[in-house]
Amino acid sequence: MQNTPIITVRNLQKHYPEVKAVDGVNFQVNSGICFGLLGPNGAGKTTTIEMMEGISKPTGGEIFYKGRRQGEQFRSEAGIQFQHTALQDFLTVRENLNFFRALYPDGLGMDELVSICRLENFLDRDANKLSGGQRQRMLLSIALVNDPEVVFLDEPTTGLDPQARLNFWDLVNSIKARGKTVLLTTHYMEEAYNLCDEIAIMDHGKVIAIGSPDELLSKHFEDVVIELPESDLGEAAEHVTHRRLEKVTPSVEIVSKDVNVTLQTLMQHGASLSNLSVRPRSLEDLFLELTGKELRA
Amino acid sequence: MMRRIWATLYARSLEFIRDRSSLGWNLILPVILVFGLAFVFSGDGRPLFKVAVVAEGMTASAVAAEDLSEVDTSLHEFLQTRHVQYYGVTPDEVDGTIRKVGRHQVDMLLDLRANEQKYWVNGDSQKGYFLEKVLNGADGPALSKQSVSGEEIRYVDWVLPGILGMNMMFSCLFGVGYVIVRYRKSGYLKRLNATPLRSAEFLLAQVLSRAALVIVVTAAVFLGTHLLMDFTMEGSYLNLLLVLVLGTFSLISLGLLIAARVSSEELAGGLLNVLTWPMMLLSGVWFSMEGTHPLMQWFSQLSPLTHILSAARAIMIDGAGLLDISTHLLVLIGTSIVFLVLGAVFFKWTAD
Repeated sequence: MQNTPIITVRNLQKHYPEVKAVDGVNFQVNSGICFGLLGPNGAGKTTTIEMMEGISKPTGGEIFYKGRRQGEQFRSEAGIQFQHTALQDFLTVRENLNFFRALYPDGLGMDELVSICRLENFLDRDANKLSGGQRQRMLLSIALVNDPEVVFLDEPTTGLDPQARLNFWDLVNSIKARGKTVLLTTHYMEEAYNLCDEIAIMDHGKVIAIGSPDELLSKHFEDVVIELPESDLGEAAEHVTHRRLEKVTPSVEIVSKDVNVTLQTLMQHGASLSNLSVRPRSLEDLFLELTGKELRA
Repeated sequence: MMRRIWATLYARSLEFIRDRSSLGWNLILPVILVFGLAFVFSGDGRPLFKVAVVAEGMTASAVAAEDLSEVDTSLHEFLQTRHVQYYGVTPDEVDGTIRKVGRHQVDMLLDLRANEQKYWVNGDSQKGYFLEKVLNGADGPALSKQSVSGEEIRYVDWVLPGILGMNMMFSCLFGVGYVIVRYRKSGYLKRLNATPLRSAEFLLAQVLSRAALVIVVTAAVFLGTHLLMDFTMEGSYLNLLLVLVLGTFSLISLGLLIAARVSSEELAGGLLNVLTWPMMLLSGVWFSMEGTHPLMQWFSQLSPLTHILSAARAIMIDGAGLLDISTHLLVLIGTSIVFLVLGAVFFKWTAD
């Protein structure tokens, strides 16, 4: 099950008069995994996912669902949560769920949806008067009404507080546990690392890296990051390559291929190691390494 | 398919009904207008005497333009009387005009043709009485009096279909057109596009939902004001309901066509205003189009509202049957089909 591609994207393109938003993207998504599409603003993630959802027509290329071009079967078996989803005014959560449920021939019952997405406390509340976390849970439940094979989540946790985000991660994991395929776009590298089995990093409309998060990290990095307060570095600053970090307590970051050697160098030159921390390279490091640090629109 | 249409219709209807300010406005506005106008025009609604004239030498175009310049005013000194609005009618229109004299819609009809030499006046009409006195005091051939009887059609009787029609027009065009543009702009249509719901199903649900609301609201306002003000109703209520239903479908379909691709509420508002204002002015909502320039009358025939109002007034005031208003009904059916098909063809789910 896990190695069967449920979605295949071949040479996908979306060109606008002044920009190639998506420029020849290829990848496939295996069934039952969480696939993350990452990239800076304007990289082409949402355009790509909207073409995969069948919302936007590609300029070129092909998208296959279960080996066939997207069609009625895809619409019936896909669940979608957009980045910004508007609903009708004055309808309760329950009424919205009933409405969307009626658009599909088959799907989950109300009790099951309520249980999966934990809607009990606000089921009869006006859908436009929910908190951010409640709204995202409701939108996820709408995406699940048809008991989809594949669920598209476009930046679902943007703007949520840490508790609501963690709660949403639990929901995504429970969807994965039901054997569903999840396609996720996110700006949060921690989220991608925790949820995704595979990720594709996009920039300027192209996929620039693809694989599991750990594979990508081991492929691109053989080093670790040592961090300590700048004031603790002392004269050792002249003997190690470091980068200043703008924090409340000014700190420095030292990238090291051999922690022992670097620590010895620091100690030899009088650096204090009492507030030092060592961490492996993160997905965020990889993201910045591949896409650069300049500000995007 | 029916399940999807019903679900969409139900959700949209709930949204409308729960928007109490909007629902209230749809109910209250026409009632206020009807009562307001009944009060304002409770006296004499028309400041001028209105006299129809049929005479030799009048071409059909002159009659259409209500231009009496081709009539030899020396035929009768009465034609030179000031403060009287004369308008021409063709011999074919004499019977209809006699009915209008009976309804007090026209104060007098003069037939100055050589072999006719008659005038019609309503014995119950004060204006007719005064005009008759003036006519008899004027030099000219003696005209034989033809009495007509009938109750006066008050202005409010005449204007009621106009007000209800205008309210229908605003409710249908803005209620559907504006709402769909709002749905598109907010991304709600985009969300629906990700479901198996088809555009034709969505549009049909919008039409049915709004039509049901407009028909119920209009019928309720009509019956409510009818009980309080006792409007003239000569024809069949069922025929009037048919006009209401077909008219509502035609106007809603027009709203869907306007909203088929627009994603800016400002643009939609502008387009709907450009459409509704001429319709309101040229469809005979407040005053009859008789007497306006032929070009204006031609333009007025392009508006579905003209056909709704003409058919409704024919039923209510003249007691017309379905055959009498068949042309109007066919126009409403035809425009509904054309607008709905074009709206579905041009319909766009997303704002891009």
